[in-house]
Amino acid sequence: MDEKKYQQLEQQLTPKPAYLKNCLAAFITGGFVCLIGQFVALFYITFFDFTERTASNPTVATMIFFAMLLTGFGVYKKFAQFAGAGSAVPITGFGNAVVSSAIEHRSEGYVLGVGGNMFKLAGSVILYGVFSAFAVALIKSILVALGVISW
Amino acid sequence: MLSIYITSFIVGGLICVIGQLMMDVGKLTPAHTLCTLVVAGSILDGFGLYEPLIDFAGTGATIPITSFGNALTHGALAEAEKHGIIGVLTGMFEVTSSGISAAIVFGFIASFLFKSKRTI
Repeated sequence: MDEKKYQQLEQQLTPKPAYLKNCLAAFITGGFVCLIGQFVALFYITFFDFTERTASNPTVATMIFFAMLLTGFGVYKKFAQFAGAGSAVPITGFGNAVVSSAIEHRSEGYVLGVGGNMFKLAGSVILYGVFSAFAVALIKSILVALGVISW
Repeated sequence: MLSIYITSFIVGGLICVIGQLMMDVGKLTPAHTLCTLVVAGSILDGFGLYEPLIDFAGTGATIPITSFGNALTHGALAEAEKHGIIGVLTGMFEVTSSGISAAIVFGFIASFLFKSKRTI
């Protein structure tokens, strides 16, 4: 069988992802996670001295705490199988990636295992976040210095 | 007051749908999808478009990973405005510190508390 024929056959046999069902699952679960976050934010605004704006920091930390518990008890994995991007895109997915790598690599020791592998999955997000932020802020600063745009 | 819960759900859900489409239609791995979304968030903040979204949707805009890129850029820009170009480096983690520090602290605590059973 030549290469072209093989590729055709492969395309025919690979099951098409259920686009609509996956998107609906991602929409509902992702929206639900954000809705829980909104209630957590309400809690911080009501009982602590936070405003709408500043509440997002403790909210993010709390959502990562929830992600830690769910990951530790093995619930997040099941949730992720159903939710797809609905579990990966919210910050809980970032928390899940860090926590699960930390738990997985504990057998290799706390320094080389947990310490060295904690950001194995989440590190790329931090790298690209930081570098793109650096590039965007640098370009904007230069444009402002040149007088092309203002802050 | 109630409307923020509805917009939070819808906007948060829609960002996740974009991620799902990138994985299904674009055939990207979850890691590539998340990196793309983070970069998108920081570029949106460069144009000053992400803050209005947060005002509109609350946690619907701050919980998805796009807000991570937005927060990094926002801290860098705020500091650059005050101290000039060196602020781009010094201000970067000003806003977003809680996400990373929480992930490190809770991740380390979890490694004491839980035993490995394929949790990814």
